[in-house]
Amino acid sequence: MYRKMVQIRHFEDHAAEAYAQAKVGGFLHLYIGEEAVAVGAIAAVREDDHVLGHYRDHGYALARGCDVKACMAELFGRETGLCHGRGGSMHLADATKHFWGGHAIVGSHIPIGAGMAYAMQYREEPLVVLDFFGDGATGNGIFHEGLNMAALWNLPVVFICENNLYGMGATLAEESPVSDMMIKAEGYTMPAVQCDGMDVLSVYGAVQQAAEHCRSGKGPFFVEAMTYRFRGHSMADPELYRDKEEVRRWRELDPIPRFGDFLVQHRITSPQELAEVNEEVEAEMLEAVRFADDSPWPDPDSVDRWIYAKPINPEAPEEAPSMAGNPAGAAT
Amino acid sequence: MAELTYREAVRSAMREEMRSDPRVILMGESITGYGGSYAVTKGLVEEFGPKRVMETPIAEAGIVGFAVGAAMGGLRPVAELMTVNFALLALDQIVNSAAKFHYMFGGQWSVPLVVRTVSGFGQLGPTHSQTFEGWFASVPGLKVVMPATPADAKGLLLAAIRDPDPVIFIEHSLLYSTKGEVPEQEGLEVPIGRAAVVREGTDVTLVGYSRMLLQALHAAEVLEREDGVSCEVIDLRTLRPLDYPTVVESVGHTHRVVLCGEDWRTGGFGGNLLSEIQDRSFDDLDAPIARVAMRDIPLPYSRKLEQQLIPASQQIVDAVRRMS
Repeated sequence: MYRKMVQIRHFEDHAAEAYAQAKVGGFLHLYIGEEAVAVGAIAAVREDDHVLGHYRDHGYALARGCDVKACMAELFGRETGLCHGRGGSMHLADATKHFWGGHAIVGSHIPIGAGMAYAMQYREEPLVVLDFFGDGATGNGIFHEGLNMAALWNLPVVFICENNLYGMGATLAEESPVSDMMIKAEGYTMPAVQCDGMDVLSVYGAVQQAAEHCRSGKGPFFVEAMTYRFRGHSMADPELYRDKEEVRRWRELDPIPRFGDFLVQHRITSPQELAEVNEEVEAEMLEAVRFADDSPWPDPDSVDRWIYAKPINPEAPEEAPSMAGNPAGAAT
Repeated sequence: MAELTYREAVRSAMREEMRSDPRVILMGESITGYGGSYAVTKGLVEEFGPKRVMETPIAEAGIVGFAVGAAMGGLRPVAELMTVNFALLALDQIVNSAAKFHYMFGGQWSVPLVVRTVSGFGQLGPTHSQTFEGWFASVPGLKVVMPATPADAKGLLLAAIRDPDPVIFIEHSLLYSTKGEVPEQEGLEVPIGRAAVVREGTDVTLVGYSRMLLQALHAAEVLEREDGVSCEVIDLRTLRPLDYPTVVESVGHTHRVVLCGEDWRTGGFGGNLLSEIQDRSFDDLDAPIARVAMRDIPLPYSRKLEQQLIPASQQIVDAVRRMS
């Protein structure tokens, strides 16, 4: 878990640098400060459980073990990217790792996660869905529609609310009548816990409990992780809405040195070993940037590929081209 | 052949596909005990049970989002949205989720989803009498189907459920009780993306779909009887992808065309159709392309007011007479 958190941190640092060099375009939302949430939660479930997240999604991809080079290449818009340069930073996904995306319309993936959980329940598979979203999503109707359905049909989905105190530039007080998002689960009779999102073990424990609950057929569970992003909402954010002292206080809770100290204090590892992990990860990230830089751009002629799984061309009805397979369909 | 109503044809497609494919599920508002607001799903929960015929909360965005997730999880959901007016609440899930995933995730998975919904009017007032197929047809990643006959309703719905991509399947409330011959062979598809020439003619091509196809056929009879004009009538059946070659071929020998729709004139589907036909068939045309569409007015409740706005066969007849 320590290595995964360091991976995310270094990945994000390099992504920010590449953004500054205009190698990464569009919007770039960094997960720095929140690493413990993705890493703790995803470590607490099975590899074949399903994961969906929002647009600040690099952390989920890396915590899920998606190829680091392919993730970086996706940010660079290259053919070797996780989604062949079609999705970009906000839309990473890897079906082989059961990571079903980066979703960039706030809250849209909440009922999607519930629907996936229904498919698991329908086939009586003992799998759960982890569905990550932010505090800002809880103001959207789709959040309530998704929770309502998941509770109504007793679905195995863990809703993980990353409460980082801001919905882009709006403070909690400006966007919600309650500051504890777990209260919103109560109306759906959904059990909920709050955990320290700056402590990977706290998140791990909460999600382990939640997943066990779901897997035993008791229905959905709500986990609220109290966390903080150290950087702005995106690279374009001047951060006029929060003061530097607040940011400094939260930085003292940095989940990476905190977990590192814990590991050393409990003699699970040594400071040297942690330093080695940091060096190895940094080398891995330099290699990923090099790979992305050297990777080919997508072929311009391939721009209309993948619009459909089964393209139908009335101009040439005798042709019946079939495209890449459908892992979802094939899974049944 | 068996004679079925349009409603029965839609239902029989769902029943047959549910019998042969255990992945197919239905979901929607009041589709179980009530049988659906247009009674299309009547009897299905009794045969297949509530696990496969799911009564949902009144939450259109949630229904489609849930169905997208179920499709990603390996099921074949058919989500019913009570009317196309309510589908506006689900536009985000249709456009940003269902239509995008296959493309933006680099072909990793598709969303085999059918959204069944209904156009139509009948003194329902401004919020319940709208027609939005042009909006859906403008989105790459969607397939949009609008059957006019019971046979097509059944065959196209079978094709839609089996299709690996999201299909918007728009029925018409005023067609549900119409009857027609439907092949008795089970599981017989009508392919998506093919128009049909439903009446051959030599003087003018009438292009319609859904209810307007029936209006076009009626106009063709009137014009033949009263004016001696021979109309060729095309049923588009699928709006995306659209079978332009069939239209172009027809215009190639009639040299005149009237586009028959019931959505608003501004931004309506016919406008796009018109520009495309002009591009492809300009040299074949002997007259400007004519359009029958709804005037840009919300459809009012009062019968007297509503009647003067709803596009019908008389406007098609008038459009043809103005051409010659």
